[in-house]
Amino acid sequence: MIRPETLSQLTAAVPEARPSEFRGQTRVVVPRESLAAALKLLRDELKFDLLVDITCVDYLNYRDATDRFGLVYLLASTASNERVAIRVFLNEPELSVPSAVPLWEGANWMEREVWDMFGIVFEGHPDHRRILLPEGFEAHPLRKDYPVQGRGERHNLPVLTRKGS
Amino acid sequence: MPLTPASVQTHDISHDESQDYLWTLNFGPQHPATHTTLRIVLKLDGERVVEAMPDIGYLHSGFEKLGESLDYNQYVTITDRMNYISPMANNVAWHGAVEKLLGIELTPRCKYLRVIVAELARISDHLLCNGAVGLDTGAFTFFLYAFNRREDIYDIFETVCGARFTNSYTRVGGLMYDATPLFVEKVRTFCRTFPKTLDDMERLLNRNRIFVDRTKGVGLLSKSEAINRSATGPIARASGVTRDLRKDEPYLSYADFDFKVPCMTSGDCYARYLVRMAEMWESLKIVEQAIENLPSGPVDVGIDERTALPGKRQVYSTIEGLISHFELTMSNRGFTTPHEESYAAIESPNGELGFYVVGNGTDVAYRARCRPPSYIHFALFPYLIKGHTLSDIVAVLGSLNIIAAELDR
Repeated sequence: MIRPETLSQLTAAVPEARPSEFRGQTRVVVPRESLAAALKLLRDELKFDLLVDITCVDYLNYRDATDRFGLVYLLASTASNERVAIRVFLNEPELSVPSAVPLWEGANWMEREVWDMFGIVFEGHPDHRRILLPEGFEAHPLRKDYPVQGRGERHNLPVLTRKGS
Repeated sequence: MPLTPASVQTHDISHDESQDYLWTLNFGPQHPATHTTLRIVLKLDGERVVEAMPDIGYLHSGFEKLGESLDYNQYVTITDRMNYISPMANNVAWHGAVEKLLGIELTPRCKYLRVIVAELARISDHLLCNGAVGLDTGAFTFFLYAFNRREDIYDIFETVCGARFTNSYTRVGGLMYDATPLFVEKVRTFCRTFPKTLDDMERLLNRNRIFVDRTKGVGLLSKSEAINRSATGPIARASGVTRDLRKDEPYLSYADFDFKVPCMTSGDCYARYLVRMAEMWESLKIVEQAIENLPSGPVDVGIDERTALPGKRQVYSTIEGLISHFELTMSNRGFTTPHEESYAAIESPNGELGFYVVGNGTDVAYRARCRPPSYIHFALFPYLIKGHTLSDIVAVLGSLNIIAAELDR
């Protein structure tokens, strides 16, 4: 939930923002260009000081979907207990957004996981590596075009011996 | 293409001639003090940690990918295996998120029962976490006191759902079984006997010189850093963040109960231990109030919602019940969900445990994202351990309560 005056402040500062509501939750869709400005405004002016989560959804086979990826920033305020979800839609080949690490230190591992699982690039991230999967892994497995069974990667893992390691 | 496992990958530890006296130590992935499978690459100056680099993913098993092919009731078995120290809390969180997406209002009895099992799960989680901190810092007796009482909680869970460890107790719009009088009796016995154990535990360790010296002033986290690094739950509350979803966004029936939210301001391992100890007292108060005021009535939402299986009586004697049962048990039927997405979180023992669920019309989630508190809290670890000694690692790791299955999912 979010107070109406907070929402109007956000839409006044970012005119392209499109808010919507579902089951008492406010989601605001912002274009990719104004994401950094919107996040900075939310943190500094509107007191959304807690970054709850960053996640992504691949809308490859989704009904009525026009964009491929939807990036979601879940924010909360520890002072007023408001919550808001900021959504950004991304399409290939422009799969990059500015990193939120300068704003919240907690974004570091969340963004690394989104890169690992979906292949979204976060520009300016201090440690842009895979986190859960091995470094040589090439695919991004939470994309919808990746099969649940995998593509046989685990059968090709090298056997480490005491002498060779 | 053959893959390089993360363990042989070269870490970009900056090499500098002037730092040649530093040496690198591998901590884990198989180490008794990490309790689970995680690895930390440490850069040491003598015994002091200059830099810690966590390397995770050893237990990654694609839980979120599995969530896209299992239906909303099947996926609850996967949530059991995330934080296996308190699986009941995960069950409640998952189906809370699904019911938020579907817009289902639960029956009062179901809400109370979910509160009882979630709070018992919190007690069991804190017992293990604090017990393990004691064990790692040399207090073995304390660990046995804690573990002994976990057995009683397992026994209660076995009475209510038949499983001790992987409970899978909740269902969409209800619970697997209703509570029996034996369950109520066992919870009452637990409420009567547990304060003495908690009292004993506090007297064993709260003022123990060795324990206090090992934990006080270790792993300091200030309030602003806790918020900036997305800490939640007991870790944030030990640093002075007064945020508890049970009070701030009362879900289930938490608004009915009288309880306090224990907070501290020092933000070290000792404060986190004390917050967890105090939370167990408050959880016990909630369980006592809930079990004495347990409402009567059904535990499942009615057959009108078409999500919970109707009782056998309804199936055999009413046409609505029969149709509903048929629809829910046939593999190509099931219930419908909106083409929407929603996020719902609970205050799990570890912190905010939320699920971001995307529905696509069918009863299989299009995306089932879990916001795991262990993952967020382990990111704090390199910051907390910097400058401390090697022996402080176990104290900090224990006080963060890292569960690798939830960390890697």
